[in-house]
Amino acid sequence: MGTIPQEHYEPKEGTTSKWINDRLPIMGMLDHLNKFPTPKNLNWAYVFGGILVLFLVIQLATGITLAMHYQVGEDSAFRSVEHIMRDVNYGWFLRYAHANGASFFFIAVYAHIFRGLYYGSYKAPREILWIIGVLIYVVMMATAFMGYVLPWGQMSFWGAKVITSLFGAIPLVGESLKIWLWGGPFVGEATLNRMFSLHYLLPFVIAGLTVLHIWALHHVGNTNPTGVEVRKKDIETVKKDTVPFAPFYVTKDLFAILLFLIAFAFFLYFAPNYLGHPDNYIEANPLATPAHIVPEWYFLPFYAILRAITFDLFWIIPAKLGGVLAMFGAIAVLAFVPWLDTSNVRSTTYRPIYRWWFAVLVIDFFVLMWAGGMPAEGIVPLVSLLGTIYWFAHFLIVLPIVGLIEKPLPRPESIEAAFKKKHDITDDANKTPAAGAAAQPAE
Amino acid sequence: MMPTRRQRLVPLRSLRNKGTDMKTTMKSVLAAAILGLALPSAAIAAGGKGKLLGHEFSFNGVFGAYDQGELQRGYQIYQNICANCHGMKYVPFRALGDKNGPGFSEDEVKAIAAYYEVPDEEGEPGDTRPGKPFDYFPDPGAAGNPPDMSLLAKARAGGADYIYSLMLGYTGEEQETAGTILYENKAYGGYLGMGPQLYGDDVEYSDGTEATIEQEANDISAFLMWAAEPKMVERKQAGVWSISFLILFATLVWFTNRKIWAKVKHPEDH
Repeated sequence: MGTIPQEHYEPKEGTTSKWINDRLPIMGMLDHLNKFPTPKNLNWAYVFGGILVLFLVIQLATGITLAMHYQVGEDSAFRSVEHIMRDVNYGWFLRYAHANGASFFFIAVYAHIFRGLYYGSYKAPREILWIIGVLIYVVMMATAFMGYVLPWGQMSFWGAKVITSLFGAIPLVGESLKIWLWGGPFVGEATLNRMFSLHYLLPFVIAGLTVLHIWALHHVGNTNPTGVEVRKKDIETVKKDTVPFAPFYVTKDLFAILLFLIAFAFFLYFAPNYLGHPDNYIEANPLATPAHIVPEWYFLPFYAILRAITFDLFWIIPAKLGGVLAMFGAIAVLAFVPWLDTSNVRSTTYRPIYRWWFAVLVIDFFVLMWAGGMPAEGIVPLVSLLGTIYWFAHFLIVLPIVGLIEKPLPRPESIEAAFKKKHDITDDANKTPAAGAAAQPAE
Repeated sequence: MMPTRRQRLVPLRSLRNKGTDMKTTMKSVLAAAILGLALPSAAIAAGGKGKLLGHEFSFNGVFGAYDQGELQRGYQIYQNICANCHGMKYVPFRALGDKNGPGFSEDEVKAIAAYYEVPDEEGEPGDTRPGKPFDYFPDPGAAGNPPDMSLLAKARAGGADYIYSLMLGYTGEEQETAGTILYENKAYGGYLGMGPQLYGDDVEYSDGTEATIEQEANDISAFLMWAAEPKMVERKQAGVWSISFLILFATLVWFTNRKIWAKVKHPEDH
């Protein structure tokens, strides 16, 4: 199935499994997933993919159930959310799980993205795997934004208004595009209806993209902290570098999932509104503008970039359009990272110069997040602008140049060698009771 | 009650009385969002710039729960003072009987419901009838559209503490703007349309508790928190069980995982 040699599925003659597999090779596929050769040296940064799959399922399950009780409509949306919170059995659980689930989905996706950036998971032959990931992230943002509109509170309404109005900045077609998005001359019933429709549709697009993402992953195989590929000579060599996914990464991922769920449960049960905004408990009112319109926390870095452009760009792009382009560009640039990075070393562990720039990027992300949540006054616009400049400079200047001038550190010859060194494993040939206790270098 | 305190409330920055021109508002929002400029002062604030007192409520913390006596006393304050101007359109009378809420008896709930006049859907428009347990707290239709109180404790930064601090935050300073008297409040962080509502001894508590102003502020804030979040007690109980289970499960998985990896990480021992 993939490029990594793996034992073939051989069902016994006369079994139901064989009968099914001869007609639809699904048993073989499940067997492949079970035994998938996974690098034995994956660290805890590699657990977020599993967490993300679980959270997609949680969001789908709670969302579909919520939709059974939610009533879309300007006059009914807010009331039906209160009906869910007060009258529906465990409705409070469904809604708080869904709302906080979105936040934890984004925590996991950001961890997953930064892990990919650190370990060079986007480099050949994983460019398409990476780009599908970027697409998933974009669709996730669209889905989350539309979901936030559905309760039809003050932030729902005004957030929808601000973000959809951005499209009005596009030259020539902007105004018509905006009206088309709204479904009328203002944000209202028609807008809410389409947000609901699309909020129900897009998660299934995410699910489809996720299947492609995992398919691509199983074709090329996982990266690992060393960035050294699994040796694909034959099954015996592969076994030295990898372990089968089950049970090794089932229990490891499950443990990580449970820790993540504990943090999630803490918010769900004890601080369910901490990540939300109080204004969204006020019903939408087109005549009263909230003092400070802020999106959900996971949009804040890009909201800061949107607000950072307060001047005309290159004398021809008006500030408003410039902000919109910068915001979308800040996300789109991720898709080009496989070609912007000129280094032939995958893992940042062996890149003594780039690792510092990577640290700056992470700090920049949080600085932008902070700036996006503050009223745009005092030092905030300047911080947003500097943060935005670094965000683009990192990908467009640092990433290409550092790869050319950097002298990478020596890398291990194989995953097996790195693993043995880390765990003080001596070669079987030298194995004696005394040698087992002594810490000796592997080579 | 004391009619002198029943001022007509005209909140300057209430949510529903702003006849702001829609176009201007939109422009200013866009300007604020895209150009990073401060909004004009016409915008409203849902609390946030004032000073809160940091009151310790019975329901704070992981194990905190509503106190039934507190909620029943808080209801007395609501009925006698707040309900003159504020409705609670998402709170049904029947909820007052919840065991994790005020826990009024069935007869008490019926009596409370009947105390309010609700719209009579079978009569002429404008007709009213005495409330039944399945009805919702009606909007008294006060001037200036005072906010509905169903979700107030969740719709203000600081929550119940904000309401508590607001009740005790009046400085006594007044200001007349365009024929309306505004009252300075430390929790609000400026002048607001609602004047002081609590003075102490505003009601005679049926359980004999002394009705000091602090006690009244505590009770009404707790009651409004319950009104906004009636399932909080169930939620926290479920949380203690869920997290205990997750911790136990995670511990078992941790040891299982260690055992499974042992032969890969320490082949000498196997």
